[in-house]
Amino acid sequence: MKTRKIAYLGLLTALAFVFSYIEFLIPVNIGVPGAKLGLANLVIIVALYTLGERDAFLLSVIRIVLVGFTFANLAMMIYSLAGGCLSYVAMAIAKKTNRLSITGVSVLGGVFHNIGQILVAMVVLETESLIYYLPVLLIAGIASGVAIGVLGAMVTKRLGRISQ
Amino acid sequence: MQENQTEKKKRKGDVVLIAVILVLAVAAYVGIKFYQGMSTEEPVAVVTVDGAEYGRFPLDVDVTEKIELPDGAYNILVVKDGAADITEASCPDGICVNHRAVSRQSETIVCLPNKVVVEIENGEESGVDSMTN
Repeated sequence: MKTRKIAYLGLLTALAFVFSYIEFLIPVNIGVPGAKLGLANLVIIVALYTLGERDAFLLSVIRIVLVGFTFANLAMMIYSLAGGCLSYVAMAIAKKTNRLSITGVSVLGGVFHNIGQILVAMVVLETESLIYYLPVLLIAGIASGVAIGVLGAMVTKRLGRISQ
Repeated sequence: MQENQTEKKKRKGDVVLIAVILVLAVAAYVGIKFYQGMSTEEPVAVVTVDGAEYGRFPLDVDVTEKIELPDGAYNILVVKDGAADITEASCPDGICVNHRAVSRQSETIVCLPNKVVVEIENGEESGVDSMTN
């Protein structure tokens, strides 16, 4: 691993960490539990496009574990891990198909993040009625996915050369 | 030019994806609403005898049912004006007969000697002590 890449990965990890902290400090509450802007996903998607699948996955897991231990509790960490992994897999596959732009990939990521979280919440809390949140969370996922995707495209364009 | 075309194709893919998810969200919403409509039935009085379900009596249908037990004991259940009541029984204490008519969620009439329980399901919340339910 080149020194440049190590530094870059470290930078992205720190950035994702800080974004998570910001979201933790200022929860954008729209009345539905689990709906977030997903700022940290911006970093993951940038990593996916500038570094590749493997590093992006590492980054995603490291971020969740770090944030889980620092600001959240174990239960929240499990929710995030489920959401994060599902979201990551969806994004990686979507990117591979070459049919979607960054925005589309990000939308898929946002939507699957919410699906993952709600699935785990349903299992942990043993209430199927949480599925009622699904339509709202799907739409919230689209909204945040578009926002993050547009931002991510701009960042990726500018970072593309640095990471090589 | 080539680059531009794939970009365009991807943009189209994005729009299709978002449209599909939107449709799914709306479908899920409609489906859930429909499911809720199915499951929130009319209130019913559920009669159980010695733990086994004896019958269900919708509260909006006036009916008089004689609940007969194998040993000859009986309770007469009357559903009237959206409430269930036991008006006559063979049991010695008559507690179930004296009990007022029930219509709210989870309200019960119990006849211990005959092991008959009348419970309201899908009823309106009473609002008085719903916290203790």
